[in-house]
Amino acid sequence: MKALIVDDSAGMRAYLRMVLKGAGIEVLEAKDGVEALAVLHAGARADVAMLDWNMPEMDGYELLKNIRADSTFNSMLVMMITTETEVSQIEKALAHGANEYIMKPFTRDVVLDKLQMLGLQ
Amino acid sequence: MPIARVEFDYLRGFLLEKSAILLDEDKEYLAAIRLGPLAQNEGFASVDDLLGNLRRRPGDSDLPCKVLDAMTNNETWFFRDFGPFEALRRQALPEILAARSEVKTLRLWSCACSTGQEPYSLALLLREHFSLANWTVKILATDISARVLDRARLGRFSQLEINRGLPVALLPRYFQRANLDFELAPDVRKMVEFRPFNLSQPWPDLPKMDVIFLRNVMIYFDVEIRRQILSRIRSVLQPDGVLFLGCAETTLNLDANFERVTFEKTAYYKVKP
Repeated sequence: MKALIVDDSAGMRAYLRMVLKGAGIEVLEAKDGVEALAVLHAGARADVAMLDWNMPEMDGYELLKNIRADSTFNSMLVMMITTETEVSQIEKALAHGANEYIMKPFTRDVVLDKLQMLGLQ
Repeated sequence: MPIARVEFDYLRGFLLEKSAILLDEDKEYLAAIRLGPLAQNEGFASVDDLLGNLRRRPGDSDLPCKVLDAMTNNETWFFRDFGPFEALRRQALPEILAARSEVKTLRLWSCACSTGQEPYSLALLLREHFSLANWTVKILATDISARVLDRARLGRFSQLEINRGLPVALLPRYFQRANLDFELAPDVRKMVEFRPFNLSQPWPDLPKMDVIFLRNVMIYFDVEIRRQILSRIRSVLQPDGVLFLGCAETTLNLDANFERVTFEKTAYYKVKP
């Protein structure tokens, strides 16, 4: 199992890396949408991408739309992990193909539950 | 601050008598952690002071209820462990609904419902996956703690609680924002009746249940009380009804009248024919 973490916060990436590695999941990282697309277009593959919403360069919502517009990544699940907590924002993410959603702040158990929900644990 | 032996021993006896909860001798730290905030809120100088007051005046005020509440583990979350809900949705419920197609009545019981995530998960599961428009569907949700039942009835959950286990697709369909919280739709809340209930005391009359969730509660009781509870469960479970226990719980060595039914990585129980 491999996960791509996309977040501009190094601290958040480190926390998610710790949680995922603790669950035996391999981790790729990118600090924004542009870097994430570069990682993916270079051939890296992940079972799940975990996207922050608000990031410089390309935000998580734009990245989600880019991922879902490219059939190469059809099998990759996408989980938004964000401070955006309005129902309308959640609906937008779902409408554009997000599979799950975590509202910050969160705990390790939340991440592991969501992965289980997606059949990844 | 350590709890005086005499007070801790009183607490153990109190919990055993009032709710059949076994507090091990080495769990003094747990009592200190759980009762510390209560002692402070109630204006006691220490946990010892609180327990001394409870010991000297056990019938006085609502302190006994508050101590019971504080010592009971209320941790819960939506669709806890997933497997039991999948087993219910994909195997147990279709069989039960087929058998009830004439009477069109379905009764579920969440025995230790805490703040409501379990019975509401059952309600959401029924709403999402089954067409029961012309059925009578009753979900009974009980707990020993009046405080958690009050919270459960509100159907309001924090962001942290929503994060935990609720599939996000259900959020826009059944919840709306209520300040910082999320509030469950009234028509889903109405599906659940909340009622105080002490599993270790004699039970009032209950209707026959099709589905019983008795999850993560038997671990608090000694073997004799577990046997009593399972025997009573048999008496209220429909002959073809199903019982779900917590992942670490079993009827094995407690009640030979149950048989285990497996579904993928999950198991549930039926009364042997």
